[in-house]
Amino acid sequence: MEVMVQDNMKTVFKRTSVLKDCPTHYCPGCGHGIAHRLVAEVIDELGIQDRTIGIAPVGCAVLMYNYLDVDMIEVAHGRAPAVATGMKRTNPDKIIFSYQGDGDLAAIGTAEIIHAAHRAEQLTVIFINNAVFGMTGGQMAPTTVLGQVTATTPEGRQSNGQGYPLQIAEIMALLPGATYVERCALSSVPRIRDTKAAIKHAFELQMQDAPGLSLVEVLSPCPTYWRMSPSDAMKWIESHMSKAFPLGRMKG
Amino acid sequence: MGGERGATVSERILMCGNEALAEAAILAGCDAYFGYPITPQNEISAYMARRMAEEGRVFIQSESELAAINMVFGASATGKRAMTSSSSPGISLMQEGLSYLAGAELPAVVVNVMRGGPGLGNIAPSQADYFQATRGGGHGDYRHIALGPASVQELADCMPLAFDLADQYLITVMILVDGILGQMMEPVVLEPKPRRTLPPKDWALTGAKGRGQNIVRSLWLADGALEALNNKLQARYRQIEEEEVLCEEYRVDDAEIIVVAYGIVARIVRAAVDQAREEGIPVGLIRPITLWPFPSQQVSRAANPRQDGGGGPFPVFLTIEMSAGQMVEDVRLAVAGKAPVLFHGRPGGGIPAVGEVLDKIRQLTIHGVRV
Repeated sequence: MEVMVQDNMKTVFKRTSVLKDCPTHYCPGCGHGIAHRLVAEVIDELGIQDRTIGIAPVGCAVLMYNYLDVDMIEVAHGRAPAVATGMKRTNPDKIIFSYQGDGDLAAIGTAEIIHAAHRAEQLTVIFINNAVFGMTGGQMAPTTVLGQVTATTPEGRQSNGQGYPLQIAEIMALLPGATYVERCALSSVPRIRDTKAAIKHAFELQMQDAPGLSLVEVLSPCPTYWRMSPSDAMKWIESHMSKAFPLGRMKG
Repeated sequence: MGGERGATVSERILMCGNEALAEAAILAGCDAYFGYPITPQNEISAYMARRMAEEGRVFIQSESELAAINMVFGASATGKRAMTSSSSPGISLMQEGLSYLAGAELPAVVVNVMRGGPGLGNIAPSQADYFQATRGGGHGDYRHIALGPASVQELADCMPLAFDLADQYLITVMILVDGILGQMMEPVVLEPKPRRTLPPKDWALTGAKGRGQNIVRSLWLADGALEALNNKLQARYRQIEEEEVLCEEYRVDDAEIIVVAYGIVARIVRAAVDQAREEGIPVGLIRPITLWPFPSQQVSRAANPRQDGGGGPFPVFLTIEMSAGQMVEDVRLAVAGKAPVLFHGRPGGGIPAVGEVLDKIRQLTIHGVRV
């Protein structure tokens, strides 16, 4: 739609050109749409669209390349940090980011993310934590909170037998090779603004050639498999998720 | 070039197979090496750690073979020449990545210095990964090219060929080495080889500067899309089968016993063939160099009745492997029932001796199979 901009009007909001003009496959109220947009806006604002390579995970965001207009690759489940390592080391002038969910990064891909940080790879990692395996039907994730009902924890997650929510940001912050670690949330407009600032910082550090890996953990709603309305899902991030996963800058 | 002053790389030098293949990879323009320690191929990563740094190229010791093959995946997706090496248990861990490389149509070079299996097995030489290498050990309908060199020189010569084949056909090329070849030292001449004319890597992820977005993927959800990809891959595989078979035939023309063997076993068999010939036994050797594509036509042709026999006699095939019998299945498929195919194998790290092979050849004459 063409909008006539008159002399006394100025553009205060527009769709970023890094985000393609197409509908997404995400469920209503899903956080991926917001997170994609934040990543796209940051790439746009930093002027790095033509030297960024993105890595899509296995999970709900596997089709991310359909929405972001940058060079992208889709990789095996959990292996994004290894693929990113191969890309960045052979192309140090490029900006490499991975976008991974909690099944991808915190379950099957823990070795790859730990060791990418351990080697102090200059990478930007966007870690979407929605406390559930979304793509496969709402099974327990490592980040499922205690008591949370999922397809594979019908009585609610119990620490005895099913373990505790895995606190990735806290773990990553312990590693000398991780430069910057922050946990944010998409549960309100101020929090979304904070998340964007964190994502931007994580990209800027790579642009500045800062040594080490940057990771932004984003608490993100999954109304479908939390069995909630989108607005209740946002409230649940505040009331439950952020208790298990405290927000804030862990490092850097 | 060998006689020129200062052309040091063209001199004959004594090297072990693992180091020779590493230097040959560097000469072939390998941009990045990723690997995880495992015996008996550790000379490769130690050599690469030093030499890739000298060349200003990339060397990473990965946290696992899973990570190594995925680092290859990432570097290759940006258009770089990348390789990894491992031995049997590590190659098993890479199968996921090899399937993804096939699905994403990315070039890669993988060296497998095979050891005895199954499981942790041992560190003795073996050829028991033939099935895994030639059938596609990961999920899905795919193949990769498998080369089976038989000397340190041939191993070194395989490296530029492997990188060229990988780039030409957007495929993984696996070099199957046994522990003997990796460890033993032989004179070798290392020199840069001219590259084939290769297609431009316009699919590579380099940042979408001045062009539209490039995507590297292996997920095809739309109705018929994955079938179309598979048909494209299969057409490519048929082309490779047509154009890229490599095979050595030794004293085959008048042979009534044809031994089929590859790699170091073929070296042992060759000595046995020469001794048997001195005893008047008409025996020859077919040595596949490409294990996939398998030299089926050469084997099939050798299985035809001898012209001077007036419609017969048919030869007898004897396949010898350091396995319980894997390549012999390809020999049987190629022979297609025209002639008997026998097998002698040494699984689990056993190495056949020349005398042992000679005895097997003699037995074929004693038991009246023919001659």
